[in-house]
Amino acid sequence: MSTTTYQKKRKENMMLNVGPSHPAMHGIVRMVVELDGEVIVGSDVEIGFLHRAFEKDSEQFGYLQVIPYTDRLNYVSPLINNVGYCMAVEKLFGLKSPERAQYIRVIMCELSRVSDHLTCIAASAMELGAFTVFLYMIKQREEIYQLIEEVTGARLTISYARVGGVKGDLTDGFESKCHAVMKKTREVLRECDQLLTHNRIFVDRVKNIGIISKEDAISYSMTGPFLRSTGVDFDVRRATPYLVYDRFDFEIPVGSTGDCLDRYLVRMDEMEQSMRIVEQAFKQMPAGHVLVNEQGEVVKSEDLVDSAKMGNTEGIVTKSAIVEPTLEGYHKDNRAEVGTCNKRAAMPPKEETYSNIEGLMNHFKTVMVGHGTRPPAGEAYHAVEGANGELGFYVVSDGTGTPYRVRVRPPCFTIMSGLHKIVEGDTLADIIASFGSVNMIGGELDR
Amino acid sequence: MQELHKKLKEKFPDDVLGTHEQHGDETAIVKPSSLLKVAQFLRDDPEFAMNFLMDLTAVDGLRLGWNPRFQVVYHFFSYGKNHRLRIKVPAADGGSVPSLTGLWAVANWFERECWDLFGVKFDGHPDLRRIMMYDGFVGHPLRKDYPINKRQPLIGPGAIAK
Repeated sequence: MSTTTYQKKRKENMMLNVGPSHPAMHGIVRMVVELDGEVIVGSDVEIGFLHRAFEKDSEQFGYLQVIPYTDRLNYVSPLINNVGYCMAVEKLFGLKSPERAQYIRVIMCELSRVSDHLTCIAASAMELGAFTVFLYMIKQREEIYQLIEEVTGARLTISYARVGGVKGDLTDGFESKCHAVMKKTREVLRECDQLLTHNRIFVDRVKNIGIISKEDAISYSMTGPFLRSTGVDFDVRRATPYLVYDRFDFEIPVGSTGDCLDRYLVRMDEMEQSMRIVEQAFKQMPAGHVLVNEQGEVVKSEDLVDSAKMGNTEGIVTKSAIVEPTLEGYHKDNRAEVGTCNKRAAMPPKEETYSNIEGLMNHFKTVMVGHGTRPPAGEAYHAVEGANGELGFYVVSDGTGTPYRVRVRPPCFTIMSGLHKIVEGDTLADIIASFGSVNMIGGELDR
Repeated sequence: MQELHKKLKEKFPDDVLGTHEQHGDETAIVKPSSLLKVAQFLRDDPEFAMNFLMDLTAVDGLRLGWNPRFQVVYHFFSYGKNHRLRIKVPAADGGSVPSLTGLWAVANWFERECWDLFGVKFDGHPDLRRIMMYDGFVGHPLRKDYPINKRQPLIGPGAIAK
């Protein structure tokens, strides 16, 4: 009697909730897994816990007010989101940002990619027991954050890109600081590589775990390191080069088996490639303006002042206001160098807004609902290579100052939609390794 | 320029309602009843070879006076050929569009999201339930007539037991 009950019970699978709030979950996500012993036979992934109505909110305000929202999509590499959205709106305008601004965007995007990959590898290594790697990498990420903070004035919610360019030029001495940080990052990467790549404790946990085939990855529209780990060398920067990515020499690292180890190796290699791009960008970067108006013309800050009304502009424009957007302070009197917008497309520099009435009015006209920037009616889809894969923005304009529809194609979403396939057949403990390699970002997954 | 949208129109003159190109994005508008046929062709034809369904979303045309009200927007990408094509399918309020889950696995979640936020149904979807919103949520929040300030808090006793 007791034997039959026992055998009967053995055949029943166990249902287990992993999440929504679990220490090894990188965000709030719930997985209901069906276990046969320790092996996962099926699972259901539930998302939406962090839904903040990004797309709905974007339809309420002007085009420029959406930029701060894009920071909050992927809070580990917000610059790439900024740039992606601005490029989609620029596409609506038919606008091309100045060369220097494009190089600055490339540099900042690649630095963000490095910080994103550092976070992903650090967190997933920590969950597998490698706490040292976590500390080393997060410390290095901190240095990159400081670099970003010096230029943009913020660490996470930076809103640095503008439609038509970027908010401001790079600070003095940024290049040498950046080179120093990259040198340090390479040392840290070498060290972590020695700690992890041939470490049996780590490799045994990730090798042949969370395998996804090339066909499945394509069917689930996975992009980024996830797809490349299966051997498909698709990278938006190479396939449809945007900004100035066609001028750089870089490789696209690919894996072969599509397991967690390959994804780890691809990310490690990508960081090196990103730093190579930054180095080349510094060498090629021309001087010049960083912002244009919606006709694509560079407008100098003097033009903001209505000279006919004012008689002379001297002493107004050249006077730099004491505004310190960064903690380091903006000592350089480079405002004359910063091309600013005309009445519509981009925001005037803060110094103009605070120091003369024309700048203030210009600011008002850009920001207030009903006065703001107005792209011609139409639609545009623009994709950039986010840290996790293709990040697309689909913007529909009805010709008014408010976007009619803003849609984000989040790279995590497609990967998460195939997560049940990835974890199936592995053991319960392998969820941690597989899920860590997804690098799920709740902000862009749930929007 | 390859002009894929024109080629598609030549191939399916009766199924493609219209084509246009804007900012370098090629678009073809396809009848809902022919979507499966066209999508299958896009995926399997060696010239198109659209193996990625990059994005699937909808646009509510309420304030633009569209009839039918919704357009479901598909962004296809071909890895081998490195080209993109946008397909739009009109859908009426409360109407439905054929599901692409049989062709691309990712369509499952994309279509669930589209149903959740817009209320566009997908025929043949194996598991069409909400994904962003919770069960018991009333309405579809990305519709233009859903008020931005409307609150449906999930708190208090009995909030979940519906």
